[in-house]
Amino acid sequence: MQIPPILAALRRHKMATVLIVLQIALTLAVVSNALFIVRTRVVHLSRPTGTDEAHIFVIRNGWIGSPAVQQVDARMRADLDALRRLSGVRDAFASEAYPLEGGWGLLARVKLQPEQRARPALAIVYFADQHALDTFGTRLVEGRNFRADEIASRGPYDKLAPATIIVTRDLANKLFPDDSALGRTVYLSDGPSAIVGIVDILQGPYAGSTTRTIDEDSILVPARLADPAGTVYIVRSQPGQLDTLMHAAPAALFAHDRLRTINPNGGVISLIQARAQGYATDRGVAIMMAAVCVLLLLATAGGVVGLSSFWVSQRRRQIGVRRALGATRKDILRHFQIENLLIVSAGVVLGSGLGVLANLALMRRYELPRLPPGLLLLGAVLLWLLGQLAVLGPARRAAAVPPAEATRSV
Amino acid sequence: MISYYLDLAWRSCRRSKALTVLVIALMGCGVATCMVTYAVFRATSADPIPWKSSQLFVPQIDNFGPTNNNAGEPPDLLSYADGIALLHAHQAQRQTLLYAVKLAVVPGDRQRQPFSEPADAVTGDFFAMFDAPFRHGGGWSAADDDQGAAVVVINGTLNQQLFGGANSVGREISLDTHLYRIVGVLDDWQPRPRIFDHASAWDAFGKPVQIFIPFRRAIDLHEAPAGNVICGARKDDPEVPDWGSFLHGECTWIAAWAELPTHADAARYLGYLHNFAAEQQRIGRFDWPPNVRLRSLRRWMEVERVVPKASALSLIVALSFLAICLLNVVGLMLARFMRRAPEIGVRRALGASRGAICRQFLVEAAAIGLAGGALGLLLTAVGMAAIGLVFEPQIAALAHLDTSLVVSTVALAVATTLIAGLYPTWRAAQVQPAWQLKSNG
Repeated sequence: MQIPPILAALRRHKMATVLIVLQIALTLAVVSNALFIVRTRVVHLSRPTGTDEAHIFVIRNGWIGSPAVQQVDARMRADLDALRRLSGVRDAFASEAYPLEGGWGLLARVKLQPEQRARPALAIVYFADQHALDTFGTRLVEGRNFRADEIASRGPYDKLAPATIIVTRDLANKLFPDDSALGRTVYLSDGPSAIVGIVDILQGPYAGSTTRTIDEDSILVPARLADPAGTVYIVRSQPGQLDTLMHAAPAALFAHDRLRTINPNGGVISLIQARAQGYATDRGVAIMMAAVCVLLLLATAGGVVGLSSFWVSQRRRQIGVRRALGATRKDILRHFQIENLLIVSAGVVLGSGLGVLANLALMRRYELPRLPPGLLLLGAVLLWLLGQLAVLGPARRAAAVPPAEATRSV
Repeated sequence: MISYYLDLAWRSCRRSKALTVLVIALMGCGVATCMVTYAVFRATSADPIPWKSSQLFVPQIDNFGPTNNNAGEPPDLLSYADGIALLHAHQAQRQTLLYAVKLAVVPGDRQRQPFSEPADAVTGDFFAMFDAPFRHGGGWSAADDDQGAAVVVINGTLNQQLFGGANSVGREISLDTHLYRIVGVLDDWQPRPRIFDHASAWDAFGKPVQIFIPFRRAIDLHEAPAGNVICGARKDDPEVPDWGSFLHGECTWIAAWAELPTHADAARYLGYLHNFAAEQQRIGRFDWPPNVRLRSLRRWMEVERVVPKASALSLIVALSFLAICLLNVVGLMLARFMRRAPEIGVRRALGASRGAICRQFLVEAAAIGLAGGALGLLLTAVGMAAIGLVFEPQIAALAHLDTSLVVSTVALAVATTLIAGLYPTWRAAQVQPAWQLKSNG
């Protein structure tokens, strides 16, 4: 319909048109990538750990004076006894790491044959005992829990070759994609272990983005790690007892043995706090990207309003002439709307290319996955709507230009 | 003349209020976003020892071999055997071995609970090498190094906590049930990022290290590394059932530094590393050719990826945001200036040269830029307060508004607006006086 005259009009404002097209293209490239980052972060930080997070807290306990392994083991047993007897405690066990901790777990290579040549699967180890499943509140989907007689005492330099282990369903499926992993034998660093149980979900202690692929691949090893440096007590409280216990539990430990360190700030932490801390960066990045998106769209809308107003004011006489020659108000309105649609579309085409390029660069540098085309489309629709909204005001003002304008010279 | 141009600019701003406000708001937002993210980036990527970083190097020796190393890269840390060999070879002006240990401070007062502080076991050259500032006393002697003496250097915060900030040199503190004599107190030394023990402690923006004990002392006490321990998975590795075989196994856990003042020194040291690895191959410890690295401190910060990803990413986004604002402002300035084509025509007809028109509009752009800078400054201050929402507290605490940031905010705003004003100004100067006068009737 009116497209050729619109193009002819735009040709008279080459530079301004190019500027708006570029601006829209850049906005689309940035907004689609930023929205994508927001989405991946939100998905990342809302993953469940598979535990009863609301009722679990952790005590990071250090030993003083590098005691011998046997001593450490005895003190750990005494501590666990004291913790489990405390009123309001549902269950407790000792490990060396906890979910959402953000690092320092023991990484194990899991082989299917002792002499395996292929790169072994990686998994993260939790040292555990028969109380671990109840403390975490994670569900056993197959097999059985550890028995009390299976729990070994392990020094920091001992070999990692437990006779039995429990694995997560995710790891079980990776190791044995075709049939059940229950009862099968795998090889950790130093020897064979039989899988006696499979739990539903149990996230490893790393919450970072670089370990994302193995975050759900955890192994429970039936042992108390009697590390002279220290240990982690994971405690599950009865409903409503968490806050009281987070003070009472360390006090009870100090009461029966002073030669330990539990740092006053951060030594006792609930999993809810650990989640907030562990994902602080993810949440922060998501907030910032979202804010930048909003600002960007506002800026672009502002730019469209400004330039459209300018064009309208420059073309008042031409509009008057068209109106005098019989164009209706609607025609004038339509003219500016279609003009805007054309400009935004050109920007969208260019911006899609730029967005994909930016995504490729981000993929290389920041290990981001590929940008789904749906998000580009969402960005494009947003920009089309925004463009129409922004041009509406100036276009209405243009439509209000009286035909008499054609006869006025100033 | 400038005042006349400023007067003209002021009149034109009053005539098109909305457009002016829009341009200033865009510049303010764009500049503020950039400056806030830049403040964080600057804080996290800062060189902790800029006057000396080009002389400090990290040696790396591949004792894992091509099948177990990380894509051809030697491990970040050294094994005990390699570290000690380097130390004894004395090929650099100063050398340091260090690893993070876990030490609890046991206060003499039995009512106070023991607490742990970040601690490193270091060799004696460490303090001179990193220019650690002493408030009282100094480092320990070479003899203390060799004997593994029970001496300690503590940092300002711990000295404040234990001794109320008094000169505590010569007093004793109990660390993990052993008594140590304090030989030096540091002057609240907090290099950020904590690159010197990053490979071991992995805590670039955490609390500053408060306790330094002699490396040999920690080894003698069997202090296990509290930081990273990475072991190559070699089949013929001896099992590691005790401290002795851990010490002499192929696990890597020691961070090493060499001070090499000149390029020639660095080249010679790299040659030495190469020969060392070749010798290990010859005696059959390595069955692969020498694979060694010698990286400067700045390069090491890149390798270790000290700058948080979120920081670099947000800087990129902020820069794109500024670029879009810039494009936007070019368009709006064009609109602003071209709207005044009749005025330009009159001025040209009355004798103003093209240069004069250019000057007039550049002054106007700069004035708008200044206004944008002022707004940007305000928004930057607001953004700095809100920085804790986006970054972790320990990183957010590093970024602060200082004079250089204030100056660069305003400078960035003015420069950006001037750049944005260049094309519109050129267009304005092209206006034909005759044509304008004619069309004005």
